[in-house]
Amino acid sequence: MSVPPAFLTLRNITKAFPGVVANDRVTLEMHAGEVHALLGENGAGKTTLMNILYGIYQPDAGEILVRGQPSRIRSPRDAIALGIGMVPQHFLLVRRHTVAENVALGLPGAGALFPVRKVSPRISELGERYGLVVDPNAHVWELSVSEQQRVEILKALLRGAQILVLDEPTSVLTPQEARGLFAVLRRMKEEGHAVIFITHKLDEVMEVADRVTVLRRGRVVGTVPIAQADVRTLARMMVGRDVEFRRSKSGLPSEEEALSIADLWARGDRGLVALKGVSFGVRRGEILGIAGVAGNGQRELVEVITGLRPATSGRVRALGRDVTNRSARAVHEAGVAHIPEERVRMGIVVGMSVGENLVLNRYRYPPFSRGPLLDQQAVARFAERMIAEYEIVTPGAHAPARHLSGGNIQRLILAREFSGSPGLIVAAHPTFGLDVSATEQIQTLLLRRGAEGAGVLLVSEDLEEVLALSDRIAVFFEGQVVGIVDAAGADRERIGLMMAGQAA
Amino acid sequence: MEDVVSTIIRALALGSPLLWAALGEIYAERSGVVNLGVEGMMILGAFLAFAVAQTTGNPALGLVAAAGIGGAAALLHAAMAITLRANQYVSGLALTMLGLGLSAVLGRRWEGLPLLNSLPEISSLTYAGLLLAMALWFILYHTSWGVALRSAGEAPAAADALGVNVSLVRYLAVVFGGAMAGVAGGFLSVAYRPSWTEGMTAGLGWIAIAIAIFAAWDPLRAVAGAFFFGALFHLSFRLQTWVAPEPLQMMPFAFTILALALTTQRGRRRQGAPEALGIPYVRGER
Amino acid sequence: MSRIGPFEITRRAAPPLTWVLGVSVAAIAVALLLVAVIFWSYGVGPVRAFSVITRGTLLSGRALPEIGRNAIPLLLAGVGLVLAFRAQFWNIGAEGQILAGATAATGIALFLPFSMPAPWVLPAMFLAGFVGGALWGLLPTVLRLRLSVNEVITTLMMNYVAIYLVSWLVHGPWKGPEMRGFAFTNSFPPAAVIPVIAGTRVHWPTLAIGLLLAAGSAVLLSRTKLGFEIRVQGENPDAARYAGIDPARTTLLVMLLAGGAAGLAGVGEVAGIHRRLLDPNQISLGFGYAAIIVAWLARGSPLATIVTALFLGVVFAAGDVMRVGLQMPARVTDVVNGLILFCLIGSERLLYYRVRWMPARARPSPAAVGAVGAEGSARGTSGGEA
Repeated sequence: MSVPPAFLTLRNITKAFPGVVANDRVTLEMHAGEVHALLGENGAGKTTLMNILYGIYQPDAGEILVRGQPSRIRSPRDAIALGIGMVPQHFLLVRRHTVAENVALGLPGAGALFPVRKVSPRISELGERYGLVVDPNAHVWELSVSEQQRVEILKALLRGAQILVLDEPTSVLTPQEARGLFAVLRRMKEEGHAVIFITHKLDEVMEVADRVTVLRRGRVVGTVPIAQADVRTLARMMVGRDVEFRRSKSGLPSEEEALSIADLWARGDRGLVALKGVSFGVRRGEILGIAGVAGNGQRELVEVITGLRPATSGRVRALGRDVTNRSARAVHEAGVAHIPEERVRMGIVVGMSVGENLVLNRYRYPPFSRGPLLDQQAVARFAERMIAEYEIVTPGAHAPARHLSGGNIQRLILAREFSGSPGLIVAAHPTFGLDVSATEQIQTLLLRRGAEGAGVLLVSEDLEEVLALSDRIAVFFEGQVVGIVDAAGADRERIGLMMAGQAA
Repeated sequence: MEDVVSTIIRALALGSPLLWAALGEIYAERSGVVNLGVEGMMILGAFLAFAVAQTTGNPALGLVAAAGIGGAAALLHAAMAITLRANQYVSGLALTMLGLGLSAVLGRRWEGLPLLNSLPEISSLTYAGLLLAMALWFILYHTSWGVALRSAGEAPAAADALGVNVSLVRYLAVVFGGAMAGVAGGFLSVAYRPSWTEGMTAGLGWIAIAIAIFAAWDPLRAVAGAFFFGALFHLSFRLQTWVAPEPLQMMPFAFTILALALTTQRGRRRQGAPEALGIPYVRGER
Repeated sequence: MSRIGPFEITRRAAPPLTWVLGVSVAAIAVALLLVAVIFWSYGVGPVRAFSVITRGTLLSGRALPEIGRNAIPLLLAGVGLVLAFRAQFWNIGAEGQILAGATAATGIALFLPFSMPAPWVLPAMFLAGFVGGALWGLLPTVLRLRLSVNEVITTLMMNYVAIYLVSWLVHGPWKGPEMRGFAFTNSFPPAAVIPVIAGTRVHWPTLAIGLLLAAGSAVLLSRTKLGFEIRVQGENPDAARYAGIDPARTTLLVMLLAGGAAGLAGVGEVAGIHRRLLDPNQISLGFGYAAIIVAWLARGSPLATIVTALFLGVVFAAGDVMRVGLQMPARVTDVVNGLILFCLIGSERLLYYRVRWMPARARPSPAAVGAVGAEGSARGTSGGEA
């Protein structure tokens, strides 16, 4: 029996963005019936590579072979025609449409009239075959995140995808839901599909992959069969050095309360109840981590505390003051710093200068203002100091914030928020998407502030980060605190069960 | 009694151009493109329909020409909004200025001329508008084109990822909307009035845009909105025997503000605007 | 980065000023070329037309002040729109706000129930005009802030309401007995007439107000807390919320200023030019819409509106020449304005690209290997992992 050509070959793929080489001569081979993990940190170039494979980006150099044939993939349409399917990290679903409408969109076999009627039975049929059960008539916005993921997989399968790319598929799932997904992937493998599984989580690679390719800074570090791999080697390949799994914490929390939440209720954007009687407290000098799958009320909690969303009932006390339903400005004046979840959308104004961004919420106080006037010189002086102190890489205070990289944007936000010596820091996903050095710097800054006596509320989807930084961990599920555990000696499996709503 | 019937017929008749233009705008906006140039496209349609009908003696040919020039004007807006990613509000306003100006300049020699052959049966366009509204509703909700069109306006990245050509869908929808506005204008100059005067659309295009909004971008609801405003305009003519004309002429515009205020408040939770409305789509950008 | 023949095209975030000016001038040139086509299709030789226009505006000592006369309302309304657009409020209602200001000033000039000392009359008219324009912009602003009603449509509807209101006044209750059937109010008394530079129609006090307003708005935007708030609000409403900036307050203040400025323009037109209230189409020749171009061309800078208002002043002065000298309809200015606006926004994309002559052989190797700033991956930024 002759060896069939590889299902898919990427050869010397190179792609540069202004200032960044995202992929540097990447070579990768995929076979049918294989789950191939693509492992790498944020910023390693995994998503760029997959966007090239799916026709979203065009490579600057290199070639793609599908079943041995050189192929040019100019658009997703080409990718689909070649049997490539994609489940992106941020789902591409039309939220207002039904599952069937989403699946029927652009589907060649759906026919011109009544596409939904033709597609619905096929959704049910495929759903049973692969264990992807979902109601074709439900609207997407009604579905849970893991159900939405199933819709994305169904979309690809219905288009005859032989190669399925999943981009960080477990980042939005509980460990238990992730296990369900792995069962689906094994089922697909048995049916002869090839699966590319993008992740930065080592244990998942060990659990589900047949082979793993490690990317670092845009380059392939190596490809190894899983039988010959272990977590520590993979970690070293991924990061480029030995990894410290625990960070040392110092300082003991004081008895003084920084934040206290009592029976807090609030609604989400769609008017549904998102917080259902949440109660907990954070002391000064303590880091309280919030663990939970995204969309279980963490965002709403942060917004209610920081004055961006009204509470329907309950109390929020920060630093001894009642700040329930006070304005964002009042909360800030009480001494609360806020590191927002979406740093580009909310944390900075890209069209304004670095200096002006550094005083975004302090411009109205001396020394930056005198009466109705703004003292631009005071702003510039302050900015130069902050740029030096926080090592923000920028041409200067007058440069537009547009040119800052992700890590520098976050340094700017931290400089601004910490400069007011806050007694409480609300940090939402502070290291999401940052590279190793920026992540370390920001984690160190948070730890230091905690040690210096500020209370820190840390919300993160990254359970490792929560475990590494927190003193205590509160687990959220469906708008409620399932339980609060000490981080020291916390059992990850138990936290995982709590994230799925099972009280410990 | 006869009086009442003729009143209703005239009201429905004046509602038809509003309906045609509003249906066109609904399709454009459902695909994700705001076109504020409806007034400009209508007046161009009105001018060309009259000019062609006057020259050839064939009003139907005039309407075809009106559709053509409306579509051509919309193509310009589409190029600005989709390919060049220009500000859609400003591009639409430019189109309105251009349409009003161009029709006045080129239309001067047609001003005040009689039209020997106007469309005999005004109601035919009214019925056609009703049928069209139903057809467009059906296409929007029960065909794969409709799914693609709505997806382009709601989540263009999702449509693109499934191989739908978002730009093409949007171009087609905008040009279709322009052709509809052109016919709406032509209806005024070769059937309803039949004559040509510069600026004869008198703000109907803007009201058509408003109808698209408070019909919640639904073709069937647009029927009710269009005929309500048709009736309002007609009423303002009829009452001029007793009341000064200006406050009456003001009425439809004041009512539009009122209607927008009332429906936006209730409509927000039920069904808002297409989520990607007014946002250019570029592959690979979020 | 892409290539067209030997040209290499790269994107850039902030274009230099010379490039902005160059592209803008080129866009206007293209627009004028298209205007030439319109002339030709109207049956007027483009060369003759442009020479008549140039002689009638830029080269005529008597006509030159007409540019200034037209620039005054454009400057006032334009500065207001710059502020509104900076706060992302799409005020298309300057036309109606001009008419509202004109009406309010007329009320002071002709219909006060008591007599006012002569030196107080003009200041009172300007004040009334400002308030009138501001109030006219208030309803759409409140509807947007309270009910999220799209302001584009409502401000536009308010224009029509203003047109019919003024029309009704001059045909009905305010129709002047001295005017023998014409739809005018009576002429303003001398104390209610704005002085002009002798021999011209340039009512200089209004011009001075406009220049002051432009300078004041520049200071407001760059040097004050309110200006900071306006800029944050306009550039990124989410960041404004985060920073505790009250969007209702900034939007309201900006719209009061924008409406008020347009109202002042209306005062200038009735008290400086016509000296009576008359048919709305004669009070404003579309200044309120043209002010959108003034503001757009100024690219957010209040001081730049002084230049762009003068430029649009030339267009309006040329419109008069075309009407009188070439017997074209008055709407021809709309054609010119529409084409200019199209070419301007169409050229906008060009600003963000740098085109360089770079034949393939001279091309540097694509990637400085190893220079991987692996941070291009913040939430919501493109490139890298995004």
